[in-house]
Amino acid sequence: MSTKDQKFSTKLIHAKTHVEEPFGSVNVPIYQVTTFNQQKNNRYDYSRSGNPTREALEHTVASLENGTYGFAFSSGMAAISSVLCLLKSGDEIIVSHDVYGGTFRAVTQLFTNFNIKAVFANTTDIKEVEKCITEKTKAILFETPSNPFLHVTDIKEIVRVAKEHDLFTIMDNTFMTPYLQQPLDKGVDIVVHSATKYLGGHSDVVAGVAITNSEEFAGKIGFVQNAFGAILSPNDSWLLLRGIKTLKVRLDQQQKSALELAQWLSDNSQVAEVYYPGLPSHPQHKLASEQASGYGAIISFKLKDEEVAKETLNHVVLSSVGVSLGAVESILTHPATMTHASMPLEDKEERGITGHLLRISVGLEDVEDLKEDLKQAFEKAEKAFSYK
Amino acid sequence: MRIETELVRSGMKRDAATGSLTTPIYQASTFEHPRLGESTGYDYSRTANPTRTSLEEAIAVLEKGEVGVAFSSGMAAISAIFLLLEKGDHLIISKDLYGGTYRILEDIVKKNDVEVTYVNTENTEEIKRNVKENTRALFIETPTNPLMHVTDLHEAIAIAKEHDLLTIVDNTFMSPYLQQPLVLGADLVVHSASKYIGGHNDVIGGLVVSRCRELGEKIRFYQNAIGAILGPQECFLLLRGLKTLALRMDRHEENALKIAQWLEEQDLIDKVFYPGLESHPGYNVMKKQAKGFGGMLSFSVKEEALVPFLLEHLQVVTFAESLGGVETLITFPARQTHADIPEDVRNEIGVTNCLLRLSVGIEHGEDLIQDFKERFDEYKRSEVQHKAYTR
Repeated sequence: MSTKDQKFSTKLIHAKTHVEEPFGSVNVPIYQVTTFNQQKNNRYDYSRSGNPTREALEHTVASLENGTYGFAFSSGMAAISSVLCLLKSGDEIIVSHDVYGGTFRAVTQLFTNFNIKAVFANTTDIKEVEKCITEKTKAILFETPSNPFLHVTDIKEIVRVAKEHDLFTIMDNTFMTPYLQQPLDKGVDIVVHSATKYLGGHSDVVAGVAITNSEEFAGKIGFVQNAFGAILSPNDSWLLLRGIKTLKVRLDQQQKSALELAQWLSDNSQVAEVYYPGLPSHPQHKLASEQASGYGAIISFKLKDEEVAKETLNHVVLSSVGVSLGAVESILTHPATMTHASMPLEDKEERGITGHLLRISVGLEDVEDLKEDLKQAFEKAEKAFSYK
Repeated sequence: MRIETELVRSGMKRDAATGSLTTPIYQASTFEHPRLGESTGYDYSRTANPTRTSLEEAIAVLEKGEVGVAFSSGMAAISAIFLLLEKGDHLIISKDLYGGTYRILEDIVKKNDVEVTYVNTENTEEIKRNVKENTRALFIETPTNPLMHVTDLHEAIAIAKEHDLLTIVDNTFMSPYLQQPLVLGADLVVHSASKYIGGHNDVIGGLVVSRCRELGEKIRFYQNAIGAILGPQECFLLLRGLKTLALRMDRHEENALKIAQWLEEQDLIDKVFYPGLESHPGYNVMKKQAKGFGGMLSFSVKEEALVPFLLEHLQVVTFAESLGGVETLITFPARQTHADIPEDVRNEIGVTNCLLRLSVGIEHGEDLIQDFKERFDEYKRSEVQHKAYTR
């Protein structure tokens, strides 16, 4: 059975290097090495250019995304930045308006130095995207569902418009993972991930990956990976491979809990709004159901009171309070002051990222425990605030 | 090949498939069989793991033995060796001994009806005097911990051979760079690899090297049967540490000699125990059997009150157990490494409440001396004040 014919959960388990490993080790060895003996004309010479452990990871993520070429980077931002290096001075790129804060920072403060201009568009509205296209536009970078509001963008529509205008598309698939959504199958050119999140899944590795089917893009990304050198270390590559093996079982459980928690939040009197594409009330619930095989495990919600929202962070016990997501541990985030802190206030307000907003990355704890924890945190927060 | 070269080559050129200069970390528990009845040489990582093999082969080369075996700690390695002793056997062992070894002998080995006699092996006549019909093995630490007593390995091994005893040398303090007991005829060498071999205070590990294959395979049998193996990541880190062993030992020794000489001149110091000092009784024996004197020294202070003062106030020197790392550590043997030895026994062997042990690191020697100098001055000032007040 070739890797291509394997079902997803089988692909997760069977990472292979190119190397004919002599001992039959069921796991890829960690090649903690910088250089390789050249006496036998090896395929490896220097670990920045290629390392067998990293390569095993790159093959694995490529096969999971139904892609041909995979690249592993030292962080999600290194993956995105390296892919953005495909643009050149004078180019424009259309970016989802509620993109991850780090991506926002890179395109507004870093790539602007190279005269690359980001134009923000609400990618859920294809007409708005079309309006933003100029003769300088080279690419569209989008996330779906987006962070933190989980707006769903129609991948096929974006790809259609991009093809019409000869643009290439970059999609951040971090929130869904290849288990739930496979953008390359829908015609996206390059998929990127913060592998720190669901792919790693254990809050122990910072990493990014990029995957493509195009030989041309692969050549360019590979060149940047080697030239710029934001590579992933062998040990981190190995930890990701280890995390990937349980991607399906983790997400199955996390999604189940997320749906239950989203419904519970919707019924809670302190909650003003819940953003979760798995709820039938979500404006793009139908689209989400069509283009992905699940809804993920990130829920954003607004509390009625901003101070109570902030205070809640001081009272949760089970969820860690922090800025990451996708891990076995639930993580509660206050986007306005954490993930989107680097975004100017007016941009935040325009996007609705107010102090009322909380985001929870649902982990593997029992959902009843999570509910009870949030309930007591809301109550304590309200009490604390009413004293003030 | 000289040992400096062998050290650098530890674990090198093992991976023919990629040419990787370092041994890959085989973080795997099990290995695929090519077909029924065939094995790649690796089936299950308790039995053998490629990264561990690389370390085991490296240490065997360095100690000039046939078989190397890696354990999860120095004590696991020593325990595996003690399994060679059977009911009714008698063991002769150095009196001034690492507390952990003492504990396992008293609480475990003796329960299995193995007789143990602690002997001042510095005096080889005492070894001879204690050999009995059922004596099976002689276990030597040299220099000893913490008093740096030196045993003449040539003489001790000659006595052992005469009586057909197995000789085991704990070579932790010297490392194969400075002392190679197997070359002198010892049967087994054991290391707490957590010390100089690792050298960075980041790995717990133990190593045994056997001069002959047969005995080595016995130790390997215990390794597999009991399973106190060293993990692949630790094996990699030890291989990594080995590469700088020679450089580190040179610097440890250079600093240790400087500090020992300086301490000898201080009025707060009673005695300094460092075999590199010509005044040390083991100096000439060390010159004969080792290439250097290592980085361990002990000293006793005249006033017991100086002990807590130093432990509390030293700044560059860290108050911690363990030794052999790049950082200088100071230990209070009576309360730490030798806490399991009763006080009367401790005092008899010289591990008193005034004794401090120093594992000299590779910082600049002058900074280490200055740290002591400043603390000694502070102590004297505080003492003067204290005396003036109480008067």
